[in-house]
Amino acid sequence: MTAVISVKDVTFSYGGPVVLEDVNLDVEDGEFLGVVGPNAGGKSTLLRLMLGLLEPTTGSIEVGRRDPSEGSRAIGYVPQYPPFVRDFPITVEQTVLLGRLGTARAMGGYSRRDRDIADRVMTETEISNIQGRRLNTLSGGQLQRVLLARALASEPKILMLDEPTANIDVRVESDIFELLRKLNQRATIIVVSHDIGFISQYVERVACVNRTLICHATLAIDGKVIQELYGGDVHMVEHSHG
Amino acid sequence: MEFIHSLTQHAFLQHALLAGLLASIGCGVMGSYVVVKRIGFLAGGIAHAVLGGMGAAFFFGAEPMFGALIAAIMVALLIGWVSLGWRQQEDTLIGAMWAVGMATGILFISQTPGYQVDLMTYLFGNILLVTSQDLWLMMTLDILLLLLVLLYYRQFLAVAFDEEFARLRGVPVALFYMLLLCLVAVSVVLLIRIVGLVLVIALLTLPAAIALQYVHTVGRMMIVATILGALFCVLGLAVSYQPDLPAGATIILVAGMAYLLSTLLTSLRQRYKARVITTR
Repeated sequence: MTAVISVKDVTFSYGGPVVLEDVNLDVEDGEFLGVVGPNAGGKSTLLRLMLGLLEPTTGSIEVGRRDPSEGSRAIGYVPQYPPFVRDFPITVEQTVLLGRLGTARAMGGYSRRDRDIADRVMTETEISNIQGRRLNTLSGGQLQRVLLARALASEPKILMLDEPTANIDVRVESDIFELLRKLNQRATIIVVSHDIGFISQYVERVACVNRTLICHATLAIDGKVIQELYGGDVHMVEHSHG
Repeated sequence: MEFIHSLTQHAFLQHALLAGLLASIGCGVMGSYVVVKRIGFLAGGIAHAVLGGMGAAFFFGAEPMFGALIAAIMVALLIGWVSLGWRQQEDTLIGAMWAVGMATGILFISQTPGYQVDLMTYLFGNILLVTSQDLWLMMTLDILLLLLVLLYYRQFLAVAFDEEFARLRGVPVALFYMLLLCLVAVSVVLLIRIVGLVLVIALLTLPAAIALQYVHTVGRMMIVATILGALFCVLGLAVSYQPDLPAGATIILVAGMAYLLSTLLTSLRQRYKARVITTR
């Protein structure tokens, strides 16, 4: 196995307290990695560092053996909070096509191939029937699928998702994770979540982030690990949504 | 009717009409970006600070429109730099540039020897004074603007919609943001002859804002806003002609009334839709 992302001795702060300290992580090719931890523990910051949107204070990061600012083009990214205004005049199809930027030709319109790929990922994420709709008419689950399709449109080798199911109901959450399981056959997936119990069903390895980072195989996660990570007792309630 | 008759008779009126149509391309295309990117204040800053360049051009005996163009580009780059680097103080710095640009222009104009410039012409425009040279400049700027927007429509859309995603896809966001502001500056210059630099922001935003109430994509917004801009210019010119009213101010009032009417209609339409859904 080869590391597609390599984080070495990374420390980061936004100018105040240290958010991440001496973090080391190798993400293997084809892996489905969960990043968990308490709120403000540094999960999203770690993702943004790997994307090259932030620079580490010390340490280094490589994405595909390159600096993240260059290597991040191989990453499809689904943000937790879409930074755009929801009433922006753009359709679902146009949003997905924007994912072709950086892959398609630099000038002029979209090619036949760009449109074919956009059609394919819209079918895969089950949004073909809403491709003509504006973003402000979509539900939380539909918007999440659109953002996933936009990320997939660049045909990424790595897919990064930051709390992809934070604002949607449990049934849609399972649907999205089932889809991610399928996508894992062709892409390395890194998914940030606050719900360690839920993502354990899907990921192979869990990176626990709370200023520092410790990796565990999913099967090795027990009450002690959770208590150390969240700094308090966590009750596990076994239940099903059958 | 008298307006149509005069139109066939007088070259200055034909120039005015053509200027209105050429300016509406800039106002429709770049106005759409200004509205969706919500940079009306930045565009206002560019428009007002342009007086500095026009005043300097007068003082040194150069063509004021070229002075305006150079000043507009310089101010756009400066405002873009401030906006990218000092987002926290953006409002204050743009407000300062807005005022300092105007003050510089007024000082230059007041010191221009032997010739009293009609300041009102530049502040509030005079479409009836458009020359053939102005028309050629406007046409050149329109072609440049359309060409760049056609070539880089996707990049401009990405930067206006989601800067972070554009950056991740390798789009040089700062470069396209600066270019976008420069093209807004070009549109401001196109519109100064028509409505003057004080009123320019209204013609840049109102047609696009009306268009946004009816269409769902930026491309369609540009087309509808261009048509509306042309309509407002022609209508304003026609209404102002017989009673000899200032054309620029009349054009803005026509646009303002159309915006109010459209907003009212849109709001009524939405309420009616909501009532139909709840009674089902």
